[in-house]
Amino acid sequence: MLAKATFKGGIHPPEYKHLSEHQIIEALPLPQQVVVPLVQHIGAPCKPVVKAGDNVKVGQKIAEAGGFVSAPIHAPIAGTVKRVARQEVSDGQLVDCVVIESDGTDEWDSPLKPHASLDEVDAKEIVEIVREAGIVGLGGAGFPTHVKLSPPPELVIDSVILNGAECEPFLTCDHRLMLEHSDKVVQGLLTLVKAVNAVKGYIAIESNKPDAIEAMQTAVREYPHLEVVTLETKYPQGAEKQLIAAVLGREVPSGKLPMHVGVIVNNIHTAVAVAEAVFDGKPLVQRVVTVSGTVVKNPKNLMVRLGTSFQELIDYCGGFTTQPAKIIKGGPMTGFAQYRLDVPVGKRVSGIVALSAAETDLEAEGPCIRCARCVDACPAFLMPNQLDKLARRGEFDKAQELGALDCIECAACTFACPAKRMIIQSIKLAKNEIRAKMRG
Amino acid sequence: MVEEKPKGLIVTHGPHIRGRDNIKRIMTDVLLALLPVSLASAYYFGWRAVLLMVISVVVAVVTEAFAVHGLGAVKLLAQPAQLYSDGSAAVTGLILAHIVTPVLPVWMIVIGSALAILIGKQVYGGLGQNVFNPALVGRVILFVAFPAAMGQKWILLADAATGATPLVNRSTGYFDLFIGRVGGCLGETSVLAVLIGALYLLWRGHIGWRIPVAYLGTTAVLSAVLGADPVYALLAGGVAYGAFFMATDMVTTPVTKLGRLVFGLGCGIVTVVIRELGALPEGVMFSILVMNAATPLIDRLTKPRVFGGGTSA
Repeated sequence: MLAKATFKGGIHPPEYKHLSEHQIIEALPLPQQVVVPLVQHIGAPCKPVVKAGDNVKVGQKIAEAGGFVSAPIHAPIAGTVKRVARQEVSDGQLVDCVVIESDGTDEWDSPLKPHASLDEVDAKEIVEIVREAGIVGLGGAGFPTHVKLSPPPELVIDSVILNGAECEPFLTCDHRLMLEHSDKVVQGLLTLVKAVNAVKGYIAIESNKPDAIEAMQTAVREYPHLEVVTLETKYPQGAEKQLIAAVLGREVPSGKLPMHVGVIVNNIHTAVAVAEAVFDGKPLVQRVVTVSGTVVKNPKNLMVRLGTSFQELIDYCGGFTTQPAKIIKGGPMTGFAQYRLDVPVGKRVSGIVALSAAETDLEAEGPCIRCARCVDACPAFLMPNQLDKLARRGEFDKAQELGALDCIECAACTFACPAKRMIIQSIKLAKNEIRAKMRG
Repeated sequence: MVEEKPKGLIVTHGPHIRGRDNIKRIMTDVLLALLPVSLASAYYFGWRAVLLMVISVVVAVVTEAFAVHGLGAVKLLAQPAQLYSDGSAAVTGLILAHIVTPVLPVWMIVIGSALAILIGKQVYGGLGQNVFNPALVGRVILFVAFPAAMGQKWILLADAATGATPLVNRSTGYFDLFIGRVGGCLGETSVLAVLIGALYLLWRGHIGWRIPVAYLGTTAVLSAVLGADPVYALLAGGVAYGAFFMATDMVTTPVTKLGRLVFGLGCGIVTVVIRELGALPEGVMFSILVMNAATPLIDRLTKPRVFGGGTSA
């Protein structure tokens, strides 16, 4: 195995991967009803192209992209549209949703055509297929992938990196995809490499997934321009800029994007979705979600149709052994705590994690004792304790000078702080204020 | 099965998991790390040492309770767990006892301990706000107010001999200096005990290597340059204790990695200059206080370069 690449800083939270890393992906039985939010991505909300009473088939487009930085949405089940109305989804957000009642047929009608090989499509066509398929970053951020694959013409991309770090505790969807669908992962990478005319493709995987590393090494064997890179297991190894620094030794300049150093980074699941769109002609209607936690009866990795409620996933996993204190959408470092489970799984839901009362640290904030654990942990090389103090004093200009806008919001500082200070919240507040001021 | 809207789900901003350490655990670990030194001082100096340590800790803890809670602290006097609070006052009290002579009159340590907390810490706003190491502030006050008592009289239980300390004698053997069979303050004599405690703190991650290595390295090198024995310089006086337990105090030292190296370097320079070129036999106390004062400046000058260069570059 190659030496482990890494970045400076970081923390080692407990991984909890053992709860679900050996669970083969199971398809959740088709839901009776799906609630499909019209915002499942970064960017403009989608506009519905169906109305109550319409019959739809799986894969049929039900909402048009709201702009360039947006992604169309497709019916995850076949049935009848019950209503198109505003309702509450996860995080307490109110968004327009298309509610579809299942007819049990699971009949497909995709707007995309399958292809037998990559030779049948050129770069532009690939990007168009990715856009039409409604693919967004499935690591959790939900950035429309076709936008990422459309850098300005003057920028030359030489490398595509697939992010197989999966550094958040509990989450194992990418791990299982690499084990069970390594061929699709490679197909996806080849497609992405062609889409941006890159020279090399990398699959970067944390060392706590030796079986996935082996599976991917076998899968890329016949492609000399593809390489598997082993990463040190550390949080936030999967953060885009830190990943690029670890794999290629390139530092993305502040305020710039990976494409400015000739790199595109995509999540493993996104690569699988791209392969399914280009080769199988399937738009994005389902995704893998890890349901985990020490209080979940049977943690699993589930293949879920978008729009299925959180409750159905939890029920399928046997419910809880004891009442959890927190239920988190995503991972425990950057995920969002939920207060209701009758909300739908969208494209950005990579996990549902339940924490017991004992695992939930609600200790009150203490004073900063300048222990510098946050400074040592920060992968952006900031001084989070300073930024926290400045934000609380309202000195946002000074916070900007000290690099608040360079914070990647990984929350490693807040994890490390023994005084239990809410550092990341302070920094986010400062960033909001700074940006508001910049907008005038 | 959970109902549709489970009651009692907690919603906060992330991160939803936190590191295991909190302030109390860190302070308690420091007390544990000071146990070898405390035991060694009890062995070498007897019941007076134990008395001084106990009184100093109690006075520090009680003083802080009243400073923080006012007269309401009276209620806490019966609840030791509450009095202990985050443990930081106890640490200050114990360290102060370690840096005075075992023959110090008890009433003086009471004053020193109370003032260490009040003037060294509470007047700045409490934990995390002080500029100077509170135990050292207490020691300086005693040193200036009671120079004779703080000065020359030392006893060694084993020999029951009073006399000048190794830094004045410059003739004690290395081994005696290492295990502590010499006269001196409670904590400064046994380098071995210091090292055991220091290793524990390093293992737990509560102190780093940079300050001690920079401090001790500079002390050895500069001592040699100025014609003194570098090994003796490291084993005698309170430099080992100071380097591991006082110069590493988180609140009063830099937060940057480079800053900590600079801090240690500065402490070494001032310590040796005072020892070799100044009138006092020992410079550890003042060197740390001087570098404490320089810490905000050091932090500012050693700001790390932001990943990506920073937007204001």
